[in-house]
Amino acid sequence: MSKDKIIICRCEDITLSEIEEAFNLGFKNLESIRRFLKIGTGPCQGKTCIPMLQKILANLKNEKEIENITSRPPENPIPLGMFIGEAKDEKL
Amino acid sequence: MKNYNVIIIGGGITGFSTAYYLKKLGVKKVAIIEKDYPGAGSTGRCGTGIRQQFTTKEHIILMRESVKLWQEWETELEYPIHFRQGGYLWLLRNAEETKRYEEYIKLQNMLGVPSKIISKNEIKEIVPYINLNDIDSASFCPTDGNAYPQDVINSLKNEIEKANYEILYERVIDIKIKNNLIKEIVTDRNIYSAGFVVNGAGNESKKIASMLNINLPLENYRHQILVSEPLEIFISPMIVKGELYFTQTYRGRVIGGTDTNETPTESLNTTINFLEKFASEIIATMPILSGIKIMRVWSGFYVVTPDHHPILGPTQISNFILGCGYSGHGFMLGPIVGKILASYIVNGNFFLEEANKLTLERFKTGKLIYEKAVIG
Repeated sequence: MSKDKIIICRCEDITLSEIEEAFNLGFKNLESIRRFLKIGTGPCQGKTCIPMLQKILANLKNEKEIENITSRPPENPIPLGMFIGEAKDEKL
Repeated sequence: MKNYNVIIIGGGITGFSTAYYLKKLGVKKVAIIEKDYPGAGSTGRCGTGIRQQFTTKEHIILMRESVKLWQEWETELEYPIHFRQGGYLWLLRNAEETKRYEEYIKLQNMLGVPSKIISKNEIKEIVPYINLNDIDSASFCPTDGNAYPQDVINSLKNEIEKANYEILYERVIDIKIKNNLIKEIVTDRNIYSAGFVVNGAGNESKKIASMLNINLPLENYRHQILVSEPLEIFISPMIVKGELYFTQTYRGRVIGGTDTNETPTESLNTTINFLEKFASEIIATMPILSGIKIMRVWSGFYVVTPDHHPILGPTQISNFILGCGYSGHGFMLGPIVGKILASYIVNGNFFLEEANKLTLERFKTGKLIYEKAVIG
């Protein structure tokens, strides 16, 4: 299957060939490639694509393990209206 | 020891913009030292806004010139930066606020910024769904706008790499001087020398300057911000009401923040108090947003000076210059600051007169310039 038909990030519609191109342009670590392509920044919060991106990067860099992304709250998207009148002094 | 004409400490908007203008002025060997990835600090964390509606001559002129450069960047940079002039729409809650902003507008107009007071009906035409019950009028400047921070950084990075400028992914741990000149920059991996050194290290500017026994009057204030899921674009200006601001990025996400009025901190956590305050303020302003889902909350620093204006240019060390302390306005000031600092390095002067009032010297002489319009 051709690499430009393999979709890695479904929220942002990013293919395997786009990831390899970004890597060759010099975006060689997870955080910078994520910010260049916007991969993993959609409503699924990167739950599907980031582990795949880590594997792809591990292969490209010939490394065993790739760092993880900074996870930001909330874990799943929540409507704004839920936060009116919530309890005080609770850390996320 | 590798030598450069200019070394810039910090790979954010200040560093990349300065490098971009050094390239235009024909400087050959330039390096940016970045401890993380480009834009990892305040630039990549910022609220995207670009405005000229300020209250001092210095800020208004700097931002008027910066907007001209943003327009140039939009056309001359190879990768898109998504600069959009949707305006800043500042909602005013009573006749007294309107009167106060009319005074600011007089100064802005005199300096060539096309801001004006608009009526409730005009607000409706610019942006739908605003709750106008507690609104008197708005201050609107159609040439204000926003751009996408990470795309700006990546686009500038691409331009300077074409000039073979280097980005060194290292951390500065010491700076050594001799005869009042920087001799060596020591990182965790190497030692470098340079004709000029620029401190554009954002929230670590104070720490970098302290290596040279220079005390910068800077304090880091945490500000929180969030984005929603993507929606079709229906908000074109940046909307401001009191401490709240929000707009929509080109990717359809509503982005915004509000001030949690904290004391200085080094923490970049996020809090439920912010979410609550933001939710109640934005829903009171645009009730239709109560159903949109938020995707991510994060925080970044406003690096604040006593008078909320940046510190630009020379220090007592003759080859060490500053670009820091933007007090929440570093991204929008980025283009003009880069041009000013590059001009200072190459020609020995700021090409813009107002910048002369923004040097470190003002804190010694007491010539401070107070800005009244700080948001978020």
